[in-house]
Amino acid sequence: MVNKNARATNPLLGQDHWNIQLDENGRLKHFLTIEGLGSEILTEILDTAENFTSVNKRTVKKVPLLRGKTITNLFFEASTRTRTTFELAAKRLSADVLNINISTSATSKGESLLDTLYNLQAMQTDMFVIRHQDSGAAHFAARHVAPYISVLNAGDGRHAHPTQAMLDMLTIRQNKGHDFSALRVAIVGDILHSRVARSQIHALNTLNIGDIRVVAPRTLLPADIEKLGVNVHYNLQQGIADADVVIMLRLQKERMQGAMLPSELEYYQQYGLTSETLKYAKPDAIVMHPGPINRGVEIESCVADGMQSVILDQVSNGIAVRMAVMSMTLGTSAQQTGDDK
Amino acid sequence: MTKIHSPDTLIQSLSSQLSESLAQKQITDPVMVGIHTGGAWVAEQLHKKLKLKEPLATLNISFYRDDFSRIGVHPQVTPSTLPNEIENRHIILVDDVLQTGRTIRAAMNELFDYGRPASITLVCLLERDGRELPIRADIVGQQLTLRDDEQVKLTGPEPLAFDIKHVTLD
Repeated sequence: MVNKNARATNPLLGQDHWNIQLDENGRLKHFLTIEGLGSEILTEILDTAENFTSVNKRTVKKVPLLRGKTITNLFFEASTRTRTTFELAAKRLSADVLNINISTSATSKGESLLDTLYNLQAMQTDMFVIRHQDSGAAHFAARHVAPYISVLNAGDGRHAHPTQAMLDMLTIRQNKGHDFSALRVAIVGDILHSRVARSQIHALNTLNIGDIRVVAPRTLLPADIEKLGVNVHYNLQQGIADADVVIMLRLQKERMQGAMLPSELEYYQQYGLTSETLKYAKPDAIVMHPGPINRGVEIESCVADGMQSVILDQVSNGIAVRMAVMSMTLGTSAQQTGDDK
Repeated sequence: MTKIHSPDTLIQSLSSQLSESLAQKQITDPVMVGIHTGGAWVAEQLHKKLKLKEPLATLNISFYRDDFSRIGVHPQVTPSTLPNEIENRHIILVDDVLQTGRTIRAAMNELFDYGRPASITLVCLLERDGRELPIRADIVGQQLTLRDDEQVKLTGPEPLAFDIKHVTLD
């Protein structure tokens, strides 16, 4: 099941950093990165999530699957959508949720990540959802927590944001069908700082996408981006020409030190998605954005709110995808420890 | 072992028992709900035979199972499809084989998350021994006693047939 061809080494994470995601039966135990997961597992996540979307449309939006489980959200970086949808997902599965606000926690008194994890583990946590500014933080946690605990990566540094990638895959599948092989996807904007783009590219390739294009100025592209299996474009109109899906990324001003761009206005003029530039994509193209959106910086308001935009569907799908990943990972850990037998 | 009648014969019998029971209880517009997957096949045929007005509903109980912590989540591609309003409606719940009663427990829990039905009538093609919960069927095609290591399953949807297997007990 592990794709051996995809073995790129990341010195921060080690050779086999994805193997710890699977248990001995090849089932999902942690969800840290898309790398190393086969299309069967990604499809299983999407099918399970599709089932949960129907729960989210009911009057009573709650099922008893994870009753008695405790899920701890550990967010070392700011987040609105991701943290709240992880929280809602856990609550809709009937789990108890702890939200640790790092700025008011003992971390600000100097406690290490490992000590924080061990203390929360001593409170019988079954799952950690971790967002951290350092690449590899979620892997580090997965290596050190007790064997019955699952770890979900809610974004680590510039590395990965796998649940975001999967909610994007679900949104594309709902709009464009299950067969991705004839689709053209353009990812536009700050690829350099974007863990979302990296995870999207891995997921799209695993699901056998026809064509992935990345569109950005040279200063916002990593040096070896072609190795991920994408076509690089520096011009927006050419890059999104005949695209079925246009994914806009946020300009990550908080991560930019140094003069990467002349000005926001010039960026908008060259790379901003407007109702005029969108005409280069297919007439039925969908417009996506992981949020938060900067109106007038990477996307024109009327496009973000327009008929082709599925930005708010992405948010709803985020709950279903996170429910799917939570129930799949905690399902396998229960199998391993054999509790309740 | 007793001979099992064909599913078609049993569905015919369920249909006549059910219409008699509905007439007796003066229920005119029930909601028929089939449990995925076998129950939904049976419900589809019953729904046709009884010419019910309300569209057939289906229930996928995988999020309500009580063995999740042992076997994990096994999604089916088909989610539940229930009418928006089951408050005060008369429900006919249909399953293929009633054995432990745990499926029916899960199904009733899910139904109550949609609303408070006026009544639930349980219809099962086969009722075999091995009950673990105080649940019984109101309308049964055939009763059956099997050995502990025997398992009966409905296969389908076209044609419907019974499959009896020997299982290894742990």
